Amino acid sequence: MDIRAQVSMVFHLDKCIGCHTCSIACKNIWTDREGAEYQWWNNVETKPGTGYPTKWEDQDQYKGGFERNNGKLKLKLQGKLATLANLFHNPNLPTLDDYYEPWTYEYEHLFTAPEGDDQPTARAVSLITGDYMEIESGPNWDDDYGGSPVYAANDPNLENLSDAQREQIQEIERVVFFYLPRICNHCLNPGCVGACPSGAAYKRGEDGIVLINQDKCRAWRMCVSACPYKKPYFNWSTGKSEKCILCFPRLESGQPPACFQSCVGRIRYLGVLLYDADQIEAAASVEDHDLVRAQRDIIQDPNDPEVIAAAKANGISIAMIESAQRSPVYKFVKEWEIALPLHPEFRTMPMLFYVPPMLPVLAATRDGQYEVDGANGSDVAAGSEGLAPLLSSLKGARLPMEYLASLFTAGNVGDIEAVYRKLIGVRIHMRKETVEDVTAEEAEEALAQAGMSAEMAEAIHKLTALPTFDQRFQVPPMAREVAVETRQHPERHKREAGFGPVIAPRRRW
Amino acid sequence: MADVVLFAAFPYIAIVLAVVVTFYRYYTDRFSYSSYSSQFLESRTLFWGSVPWHFGILIILLAHLLALLVPGVWQDLIAAPTRLYILEVIGLALSLAALLSLLLLFGRRFYTHRISVVTSGMDWLLLVVLIAQVALGFWVALYYRWGSDWYLHTAVPWLQSLARLDPEAEFVSSLPWLVKLHMLGGFLLIALFPFTRLVHMITVPITYLWRPYQVVVWYRDQRHA
Repeated sequence: MDIRAQVSMVFHLDKCIGCHTCSIACKNIWTDREGAEYQWWNNVETKPGTGYPTKWEDQDQYKGGFERNNGKLKLKLQGKLATLANLFHNPNLPTLDDYYEPWTYEYEHLFTAPEGDDQPTARAVSLITGDYMEIESGPNWDDDYGGSPVYAANDPNLENLSDAQREQIQEIERVVFFYLPRICNHCLNPGCVGACPSGAAYKRGEDGIVLINQDKCRAWRMCVSACPYKKPYFNWSTGKSEKCILCFPRLESGQPPACFQSCVGRIRYLGVLLYDADQIEAAASVEDHDLVRAQRDIIQDPNDPEVIAAAKANGISIAMIESAQRSPVYKFVKEWEIALPLHPEFRTMPMLFYVPPMLPVLAATRDGQYEVDGANGSDVAAGSEGLAPLLSSLKGARLPMEYLASLFTAGNVGDIEAVYRKLIGVRIHMRKETVEDVTAEEAEEALAQAGMSAEMAEAIHKLTALPTFDQRFQVPPMAREVAVETRQHPERHKREAGFGPVIAPRRRW
Repeated sequence: MADVVLFAAFPYIAIVLAVVVTFYRYYTDRFSYSSYSSQFLESRTLFWGSVPWHFGILIILLAHLLALLVPGVWQDLIAAPTRLYILEVIGLALSLAALLSLLLLFGRRFYTHRISVVTSGMDWLLLVVLIAQVALGFWVALYYRWGSDWYLHTAVPWLQSLARLDPEAEFVSSLPWLVKLHMLGGFLLIALFPFTRLVHMITVPITYLWRPYQVVVWYRDQRHA
């Protein structure tokens, strides 16, 4: 057993209102620079939708992540020799146009325009060339469907759906979407690290944060292709790849990352997970439908004396272990099993987990009529007799289970249904407690279907609906005093701390 | 006298400059070691420029180096006329490919605004010198035929004399001036090397071939090597 600690995250999608405050908080701190204008280390996508960069989930196009090859894990991108041969031109690199050309407006013209008959305008100018440009796309071009389902129709996750299901999603009266905020997943088996020829991309041993060493990066660009989530970005100005750093300077001083702290819907949770590094490769190599289970299995119980002993033997501090014991992420992912990784079939073992959205989960239409099981005298799905319509079969879900399974469980519908049964169970149980229009028998039935206890339902409700700041964020002690040693001699750091990089990170030679 | 300066002194200046500045740059501004790829801004033309350029110039450089380091082997290799013809044709074809792709890369930088804004003065200088050098090499190969043979008896002993720290410019002083220009161009590029993006050559990530996929770095190397 090789126990390591990982700062992990849960995003509760039911609470996300798609306000992009997280994206702005991140941009203002980290990517408001030349070469990084187009980078959104944190972005929020509308699903169904094509996302950012466009169709990032389509690995036939981008070749991100790992794949099984005769039971062995291999980069989908290319072999190691091919990596060296492709240094001169990376055939699978997304270009700026797959993201968007960043722009600003010529505001000054509003003041300097000569007097005339027309109002002066502020035309869009490219932040790269300074030329006038037509704005043709942006990082959230299909936000809220962008006024039409044309964009959403290209979502790769719709492939597994029947035509009828696809039509259902776009029907005007029940059009459905939800928001998917994305940051770097700080994977256990990161594709960017695996593909970086220079060894510039690395995972920190103490907390699992994945970083790119700017002094080692040589602009070979393989990380951009190999990350299936497209979260490393190429800085066109400095010639270096950059990515989300999970605000480690903030974490090291005890604060949650900026996108977490600023989250208006309070959808984000942060805490430490202990995992067994010896099992990573095996867990990432199982069949698609077992991936979620395998990933849960390598996460270890922080209260298990054996795990604690192994963690201590690995040099993990007691304070870190105690932080893991309080971790809200552990509860969502392991205890309650209601948070799922995004696209586990990319086999990078992402450590950002999502609680899937309810989206008023029920009701489909048939012959123009809303078809809520148990309502309107329609057939009641098996196993839901006597329960309120809220509890009925997931088959009528507004967003098909197959779609959600394609996002969160590598197509395993059973896994996603199990999560929804729990989420529904929590609602029924709490409805019995507070609104009291559900009978005790019905609530018990709901809990039984979900396979959980009333205490668990209450705990889920409490951490979902009423958590305090400290309950959402269990920022572990990050030992900044030791962490600085990786970058700088401590004595030198002491002299220079607070003044930023001594040599500005821009092109000079 | 000019020959002594150009063929006995200048090469040393170039090499010392290359070594000293390369180390200086590595230890004072490691961040600047990058290939400064522009593929992200423009990919399609880059393919037709970068790929033939790199493979062409690498093989040609390798041939230059091979003849210099093991002249005996090279002599045996070109002893049979058929092999000599084949080698010369391959060399000409590769240098033509390198030259054309280099011109394409120049045009790409010049005409694509996105690329020209990320092109420094040093980039332009390097591109021009490279074009001149490859064009000269192609010209010499075309009009002073059988270079793979006379190279062994002119440039190789001269370079060897340089390596012995006993420079003998006489080996090359009577060569046509175009050939001499090509030789000087080579050392000019060596001198330019540390000031340009050429430094990416010495950071070729060969260790990737035997490195495990995953890289885990600990604050202190105490438990995990």
